[in-house]
Amino acid sequence: MAKRNRRDGVGQAGQSLPPRVVVPPRTAKRFLGCGIPGVNPEDLTGRLIVVEGVDGSGRSTQIARLVHWLEGCGHATVQVGLKRSSLVSEELELAKQGNILGHITMSLFYATDFADQLENIMLPALKAGFMVLADRYIYTPMVRDLVRGLDEDWLMNLYGMAVVPDAVFYLNVSSEELVQRNFAKNHTLDYWESGMDLGLSRDMFDSFVKYQALVRRQFRRLATTHGFTLVDGEQSVEAVTEELQRKIESMLQGSEPCSKAVNVH
Amino acid sequence: MKQTFAELGFPGRLLAVEGLDGSGKSTQIHLLQRWLELQGLKVFFSEWNSSDLVKAATSKGKRRHLLSPTTFSLIHATDFADRYERQLIPLMRAGYLVLCDRYVFTAYARDTVRGCPEAWVRGLYGFAALPDLTFFLNAPLEVSEARIRDRRQEPKYFESGMDLRLSSDPHESFRMFQGRLLEQYLAMSTEFGFLVLDASLPVEAQQSVLRQLVAARIGLESFHVSKR
Repeated sequence: MAKRNRRDGVGQAGQSLPPRVVVPPRTAKRFLGCGIPGVNPEDLTGRLIVVEGVDGSGRSTQIARLVHWLEGCGHATVQVGLKRSSLVSEELELAKQGNILGHITMSLFYATDFADQLENIMLPALKAGFMVLADRYIYTPMVRDLVRGLDEDWLMNLYGMAVVPDAVFYLNVSSEELVQRNFAKNHTLDYWESGMDLGLSRDMFDSFVKYQALVRRQFRRLATTHGFTLVDGEQSVEAVTEELQRKIESMLQGSEPCSKAVNVH
Repeated sequence: MKQTFAELGFPGRLLAVEGLDGSGKSTQIHLLQRWLELQGLKVFFSEWNSSDLVKAATSKGKRRHLLSPTTFSLIHATDFADRYERQLIPLMRAGYLVLCDRYVFTAYARDTVRGCPEAWVRGLYGFAALPDLTFFLNAPLEVSEARIRDRRQEPKYFESGMDLRLSSDPHESFRMFQGRLLEQYLAMSTEFGFLVLDASLPVEAQQSVLRQLVAARIGLESFHVSKR
């Protein structure tokens, strides 16, 4: 599961670091809804830090830099993301390629993938006091499903098994900038990231722009109801990391709560 | 409150058969299907846990014992959703008689016995309409267990609820697990208006009751295959 850092990350080789490691205060977790049978959220003493944002928003780069930094500070980390479960990730990839599954089925398939990682990676790590870094969490699948017309109450019940994160950072990048970054990286637009299954337009570029606007609208709505911290993803890579570090640092010192997530139920 | 397909205005009708493993569901549903087909009616049969794409993941999870109560529940809901979206709904719109070997009640019973919150499980299946008729084949535990025992030596891992660690003996675990499922089914019986059949009667006696109930409650004449 653990992903190697792809970039140099933060801090220079040879730089001297203080040996004292800050022990963050224990905070209680809670579940978004029903939770997982037999799991007491009070046993989850680690921290769950989520970075959300569409493809090209710089998520993975920032996660890698945060891991580097957190480990340098003496915190044990674990990374999770979408479609990484041992249970269904292969089948989910096949389903995406074939483009044959209905919206509800796709949604439940993603939720199965999430639940498998939640139970086998996130919960054990949180119990052991790790910093769990999620390269997207339940919000990306929820947003995709909302854009496809699924019922919000149904989704909230479905993801009631999820742990409410300590912080959710949403990397905000404009559609214009996203188009440029996607082309710079792949020279092509992704079928799903362009929402081609929705029939918004036969033209992929048009569809991408329209779809991303719908996604952004849903993310902004969830940002309010679930207390995301919005981060300007168009700053330099270093500036984004610094902003994230500042916010995580204050969260770990317990001086100011980073996420004001509200329980919708 | 959930509605049936008829109440939702679908031209098709969905008939579900529920019951414990070894209660004789497959036998009864097969004979019912034959009877309907021989009358030239539009019939389709759909089985629990049979969507090709999802089944690969389910089998892997079961074989390697990777499933927790939550993922067991979710993967079966995914399978059901796939059949629901791609088969059941289109056929119901096309005016078919759809026969389901197990429906959402199987999940309600199994998943809650495994410890998933009832409200969560029922919520997962919130997208599914209720069957127009639901038959429950009520077999005493000894009968269903004897049938399973005759078919193969050991009950399967998840089928006997071995994951719940009720007992290390598969047969003992099977009995305890099926007993809890039976309690769940009987508790749902009134709520969802199950038509309860005595599954310890001879096959023909059960089939006779089944056919009479279907004939009395479904206007079969409107399901003829169009003649051209």
